[in-house]
Amino acid sequence: MATLALEVLPREASPGRRAFVRLSRRRAAMAGLVVVVFFVALALLAPFVAPYDPLQTSWSAIRKAPSAAHWFGTDEIGRDVLSRVIYGARASLLAGLVSVCIALSFGVPIGLLAGYAGRWSDALISRMTDAMLATPFLILAIALAAFLGPSLTNAMIAIGISATPIFIRLTRAQVLSVKVEDYVEAARAVGNSHLRIAVRHILPNVVPPLIVQATLAIAAAVIAEASLSFLGLGQQPPAPSWGSMLNTAKNYVENAPWMAVWPGVSIFLLVLSFNLLGDGLRDALDPRHA
Amino acid sequence: MSSFLTRRLATIVPTLLFVTMLIFGLQQLLPGDPAVVLAGEDRDPNVVAYLQQKLHLDQPLPIRYLYWLGGVLRGDLGESLRMQKPVTALIAEKLPVTLELAAIAIVIALVIGIPAGIVSAIAKGTAWDYAANAVALWGLSTPNFWLGIMMILLFSVSLGWLPASGYVSPFEDWRGNLAAMIMPAFVLGNAIAAVLMRHTRSAMLQVLSSDYVRTARAKGLDERVVVLKHALRNAMTPIITLGALELGTLLSGAVLTEQVFTIPGFGKLIVDAVFNRDYAVVQGVVLFTATAYIALNLLADIAYFLVNPRLRG
Repeated sequence: MATLALEVLPREASPGRRAFVRLSRRRAAMAGLVVVVFFVALALLAPFVAPYDPLQTSWSAIRKAPSAAHWFGTDEIGRDVLSRVIYGARASLLAGLVSVCIALSFGVPIGLLAGYAGRWSDALISRMTDAMLATPFLILAIALAAFLGPSLTNAMIAIGISATPIFIRLTRAQVLSVKVEDYVEAARAVGNSHLRIAVRHILPNVVPPLIVQATLAIAAAVIAEASLSFLGLGQQPPAPSWGSMLNTAKNYVENAPWMAVWPGVSIFLLVLSFNLLGDGLRDALDPRHA
Repeated sequence: MSSFLTRRLATIVPTLLFVTMLIFGLQQLLPGDPAVVLAGEDRDPNVVAYLQQKLHLDQPLPIRYLYWLGGVLRGDLGESLRMQKPVTALIAEKLPVTLELAAIAIVIALVIGIPAGIVSAIAKGTAWDYAANAVALWGLSTPNFWLGIMMILLFSVSLGWLPASGYVSPFEDWRGNLAAMIMPAFVLGNAIAAVLMRHTRSAMLQVLSSDYVRTARAKGLDERVVVLKHALRNAMTPIITLGALELGTLLSGAVLTEQVFTIPGFGKLIVDAVFNRDYAVVQGVVLFTATAYIALNLLADIAYFLVNPRLRG
């Protein structure tokens, strides 16, 4: 009878699907998702979409105002600003994704260890995390980039390392609340190893807040990469990056303001979109909103 | 109070110790022999030998760390190889400029962020609320160096109202100082105002729905008294704590803002040091920043303790 009754009941949607349905009802978050997808497509299809080679200089087109030939104008050595903005999306998105992946790949296992093992390992990890969090994010990234040497790769490593303590702290806090749940006790009672309990039973249940934090961290990483490139510690010339474009543009504000407008608008739109998406995901993944 | 301070200080000491390890460890990231790197492009063998002896590079790593830590505890953060000056002297020279910038930025952030948060909470769901939230999102998503460039374009290039860059000491010309600082301070305060607005809105919404606020309204008190005296006072505790965390944003933001507006402060000192490969200055500035951040958070905790009667028992 029980089996029959269960078969008659409509199958409930998975938690992921329910979260997506909730997310899709939030217009601001969906607008953010659309813009993020737009920039990702732009970055992937840059060679087909960009009207010019982003490195091609033209001495006859130096600092030309926006026109039909150059929609966003040209820069101080005659390169097309639109093409550089399109290719610049690659550096920003790559920096955002790679640095957050670095932060996740260190932060989550360390946070899991601190939260699950507790005792001296928790105390040690927590104090180290406090020390890293005591150093402001960008200052730490600048210092790391300074010692590692200026390049996009090193900037991504520096941003990733600087963002790691947030993930350690978040994972640890989540693990502390999940590890006292009955199903974890049950997993322990049936003789599962600590590694299996941590990876199979605890980790999947701490993922939702990590997804939200990762989305918001990508926004922070995009700004951090632009900041490091603006300071000359990220993407090196002549390769295009929104931050390094702004660094050059600040010297030509009087004569060629268009050089500064579009890279900044692009950073703003991408960061705003990740922030909107992160806020929407937080609401959609929070069980209290279910 | 004393037991609270003792407990708080007990967690700060190991944190500071790890901060010193982290910053000392940065030097180990330099590829090859640090003395060779620090000696510059000439790599004069005499300079390399001098640096090896001076930096105790012939000693094991833990011993080198202890030598370095000993110097730090005596207030010796090393010497700038480029400027031939003690790092502490350089920090003391540049710090007042950044402190002035940060102080004006905090005032701007408080003047914008807290009233906007209050209005947004009181008028929840109205056009005012949406406008305040939109402004907060704008503040959180705008890179401050870009906002700085755009403000230079508008107020310096187009309107000619304010100087585009530079710094004038307030003791020489206070009007000139204010004119030079207002744009960078606004740029720096903008992001913090957005965060303060969000914290204030959320804290006020929580407090406004509590029983004692309902009682105050039921007594027939003026709405302004209810909001400003009863609600805001209690909402201030989370605002203080969460606002203190933004001091890091302030210090990071100062680096970029000073670069855009060519202000000779603390932020410009670290950027110039990075490009001059003046690693002792980089380490010194990072250590000073982290220590200041920890100290300011301690002060915020004490303020939280003092304004929250429940903690005082």
